[in-house]
Amino acid sequence: MDINTITDVVTRPDRSALAGWRAGDAWLGGGTWLYSEPQPGLDRLIDLAGFGWAPIELTDDALTVAATCTIRALHDFAAPADWTSARLIPQCCGALLGSFKIWNMATVGGNMCLALPAGPMTSLAAATDATCLIWTPEGGERRVKAADFVTGDRTNALRPGELLRAVAFPVASFRARSAFRQASLTPRGRSAALLIGMRDGQGGLALTITASTRRPVRLVFAETPDADALAGAIESAVPSALWHDDVHGRPDWRRMLTFHLAEDIRAELAA
Amino acid sequence: MSFTVNGRHLDAAPRPGQCLRTFLREQGFFGVKKGCDAGDCGACTVHVDDAPVHSCIFPAHRAEGRAVTTIEGLAAPDGALSPTQERFVAAQGFQCGFCTAGMIMTASRLTPAQLDDLPGALKGNLCRCTGYRAIEDAVRGVAHVEAPPPGAAPGRNAPAPASRRIVTGSEPYTFDLAMEGMLHMKLLRSPHPHAKILSIDVSGALAVPGVRLVLTHEDAPATLMSTGLHELDADDPADMRVLDDVVRFVGQRVAAVVADSEAAAEAGCRAIRVSYEPLAPVFDAEAALRPGAPLVHDRPGRTSNVLADVHGNLGDSDAGFAAAASIYEGVFESHRIQHVHLETHGSLAWIGADGRLNVRTSSQVPFLARRRLASVLGLPEAQVRVMCARVGGGFGGKQELLTEDVVALAALKLNRPVKLEFTREEQFTGATVRHPMRVRVKLGAAADGALTAMEMEVLSNTGAYGNHGVGVFFHGCNESVALYRCAAKRVEGHVVYANVVPSGAFRGYGLSQTNFAIESAMDELARTLGISPYEMRRINAIRPGNAMVAFDDHPHDVEYGSYGLDQCLDFVEAAMAEDRGAAGAPSPDWLVGEGMAIGMLDTIPPRGHYANAEARLTPAGAYELAVGTAEFGNGSTTVHAQLAVAALNTTPDRIAIVQSDTDASGYDTGAFGSTGTVVAGKAAHIAATGLRAAILNVAAERLGVTPEGCELAEDGVAAGNAQLSLSEIGSPGGLSATGFSDGSPRSVAFNVQAFRVAVHRVTGAIRILRSVHGADAGVVINPLQCRGQIEGGVAQAVGAALYEHVDIGPGGEVVTRTLRNYHIPAFADAPHTEVLFADTSDALGPLGAKSMSESPFNPVAAALANAVRDATGRRFCALPLAADRIFDRLPPRDGET
Repeated sequence: MDINTITDVVTRPDRSALAGWRAGDAWLGGGTWLYSEPQPGLDRLIDLAGFGWAPIELTDDALTVAATCTIRALHDFAAPADWTSARLIPQCCGALLGSFKIWNMATVGGNMCLALPAGPMTSLAAATDATCLIWTPEGGERRVKAADFVTGDRTNALRPGELLRAVAFPVASFRARSAFRQASLTPRGRSAALLIGMRDGQGGLALTITASTRRPVRLVFAETPDADALAGAIESAVPSALWHDDVHGRPDWRRMLTFHLAEDIRAELAA
Repeated sequence: MSFTVNGRHLDAAPRPGQCLRTFLREQGFFGVKKGCDAGDCGACTVHVDDAPVHSCIFPAHRAEGRAVTTIEGLAAPDGALSPTQERFVAAQGFQCGFCTAGMIMTASRLTPAQLDDLPGALKGNLCRCTGYRAIEDAVRGVAHVEAPPPGAAPGRNAPAPASRRIVTGSEPYTFDLAMEGMLHMKLLRSPHPHAKILSIDVSGALAVPGVRLVLTHEDAPATLMSTGLHELDADDPADMRVLDDVVRFVGQRVAAVVADSEAAAEAGCRAIRVSYEPLAPVFDAEAALRPGAPLVHDRPGRTSNVLADVHGNLGDSDAGFAAAASIYEGVFESHRIQHVHLETHGSLAWIGADGRLNVRTSSQVPFLARRRLASVLGLPEAQVRVMCARVGGGFGGKQELLTEDVVALAALKLNRPVKLEFTREEQFTGATVRHPMRVRVKLGAAADGALTAMEMEVLSNTGAYGNHGVGVFFHGCNESVALYRCAAKRVEGHVVYANVVPSGAFRGYGLSQTNFAIESAMDELARTLGISPYEMRRINAIRPGNAMVAFDDHPHDVEYGSYGLDQCLDFVEAAMAEDRGAAGAPSPDWLVGEGMAIGMLDTIPPRGHYANAEARLTPAGAYELAVGTAEFGNGSTTVHAQLAVAALNTTPDRIAIVQSDTDASGYDTGAFGSTGTVVAGKAAHIAATGLRAAILNVAAERLGVTPEGCELAEDGVAAGNAQLSLSEIGSPGGLSATGFSDGSPRSVAFNVQAFRVAVHRVTGAIRILRSVHGADAGVVINPLQCRGQIEGGVAQAVGAALYEHVDIGPGGEVVTRTLRNYHIPAFADAPHTEVLFADTSDALGPLGAKSMSESPFNPVAAALANAVRDATGRRFCALPLAADRIFDRLPPRDGET
């Protein structure tokens, strides 16, 4: 929809845009959320596309995805053949409520910055132990673990004027074994629970819970736990207030799904 | 900014923050539709550099240097349709057609892999009409339409006359026109559920550049009215003003700002300062019914929130229950749902050169809207013209006056064209919903299954205003009960006001709520008695000769024009048995079961539904048919053409239909109560039959033979070797004949729905494995269309039963305000429904036809609940049957507790 309060769009920003940040500004990623709801508090958009960042860069140890990389480009990334868990990428893209047409516009960074509990790019980044690169208004950079980037329902680790520049995914994660489980109230609906398990070569297990909790919960086990130990770990890691409650699923149901799917993942990866 | 649209170079600058959708429409590309304006529905899909995108969330400034393709650019320059467009015509992959442009723009870019996963590929395209089977056929190239020989159209799959315009984006819907000097209206809505307006300061709004007018209750007529529209005005209580000084729900309109642009009108709304005195609210129907509850309408003479009540008693219920071998009693709750027609409410008003008020509106009832507008604005009816373009879906929601009054008021004050177009959010907060109802039902039956007593107690919540509250309530208490032979029936109930969004007319008009209760209870009773659910209905459902009574035995005008319930039961039972063995549970965690339910609907609303039609032969030898009713995807236009074709021995493409314009035809009550075929169609058939006689008479006279010796063919009249062309007969002055139908007597139509479902005992997920629907529609004039109505009705009801719910927050506000938070069925959610028609011919309807558009909705919720009961052993009495609401009552795995 038209954002009628906008009076200015900065289409060719540079790093000074961060220092010039003011109330009423918004970074424009794909626009798929900004243009989808009334934004009465905004009067200026700063179009991140104007930075011209390379969408995807692969080095020996990291897959670095610009915040402005579209979900389409990430989905279509041709992963090296030895990436056992490359399918996590299309699985997480497919978990987006929006259609493939949204993929053509929505960005990886935008999905994470929106900070919905069900944001599948957050699921992907948190599960693979990715790191967020943040630009600060002072001209510097800082790094935050992806699992810590989303801090709650619609809140994230960015301070005013900061922007998410890129997400660096460790290549090692994509070489590990993984298991993906997602559930929603409707066959292709918004995720009510999205869990990803990663098993490293040493027999350890990392289980990342998203969508059912208000922020990602990443549980790391040095050895694959048994069913009771896993359930106990979830129990102690997720206090009752952390279960997400909205129209896409009641918290008691999300909680039940989480235990159910987590055990499914544990059993699959233990095999 | 420089870019191309459909290969044409354009230089135009979008406003900062503007989306591509509105920018394209401003350039005249009206094929780009607004369904949600939020990236959820896909109606606005266009291609940018060949990639399909939702243009409503595409920043317009990013189109710079890009190539945009809209639906208008899909066909070849010579007009040849693209393959996808051809397929959508051939399969009739649309009903109202409002989603079609976006559907085609998406379907035309699907890859082979996406064609293998249509549930995923089409999750960004919502259709509220079809149930998606027709769309899948269109995508896959399955053709259905026929070109019947002259006179042979009834019973054949003639395509909708608007097909080509719909698939090319050239069919003009309500807002698809540019008008010189058009102003835009936005509404300021109440943040309070119940409050008195102490003062409104509009000076800030008037200071906003571009704002031309602000309307408040001080500008509004004192006349009380209802948004509900019926043949009889007294059916709806006059309980509201165009703008009132008391607000009774969060979202009620408080002021209207008219400005040069929507942006200025929005800014004007933000600048209005309103001082409210909050009053005590009441939200819940039970609380509203209690003595001492806050009065929603505190007016002289009103001492409670009860809008209407019923206390009906036939026979001796106490004796009936005493004689019962088995009794079942339960309380069933049906919830608020929204129509979600893809085209939102809205209208445009202007003053014509002749000084008359013109209103172009998205309405099912142009003539009723004219009458209400005239009365509330104090104008003679002749001073008001109301017209509808093709309407983008209605489902009952457009049997209301939700925008026309305030837009007309502004146009009259300013003498300028004024437009008001609801946002999708306003559809949820400021339109209407289905009446939520709590229904206690108690049924008693003898050991042989015969009902001995029926008792029903209904509590309906009409919300802040009484529009349709009375009619829905009584209708809900009628056919669901009258369907069964039972000597003792007791019906009690109340419909009450509450400080929440008003309820209104919704497909089924009260029957879906009571049907859910009674058909669930019938299922329980049959189980207890060890009788199959089909047999239970055979034992108890009315048959020709039985009185049709619900809660009183007053005389009525409903007759057995035909009866096909028996066939529907047989057909559906047999179809469900066909593959029963094959459908194993997907895994041990999936529990499989079957359930069914039936429904009955009077074919026409009571107490008068009128239609006039005029069939004309122009001097040029062309046929025209003028009807008053509106086309909103129900397909009545196609049927009218087919009926006229039968009378005039011609082909559908030769009938031009003029419709839904109070200046262009005689009076018509409108498109509701499933009357498009049986009332307006009947009038059309009578008119066309009269025209045929007139043509034959003129030809006979000119040829010097008797009319009996003349034969009307496609191009003219022949008598032996003598011939006259239609233009010769039509000249010089043309010929005309009229038809009238008064909607009485009425008949009954029946529906039987069955499902096989799998329920996941851990997650609570419900999967529909099989869906079969039997329909008694009399002679089916257009099988493809009628099937589409049924498929769409079942899909809409599946949404209502499994997924959709309009939620009210603690302050009485609607909290589900977007389509991503109000999940209507997408492709992945809608079952394929096998449709089986009873072979009947109705004595009352045109050419033996009966109505079939609301009724398929009604038995769906109960059939699903009964199937879930069969699968799980659990009876669920509240809708929706969403996984998160049912999972904790499902039976545990063996060995677990």
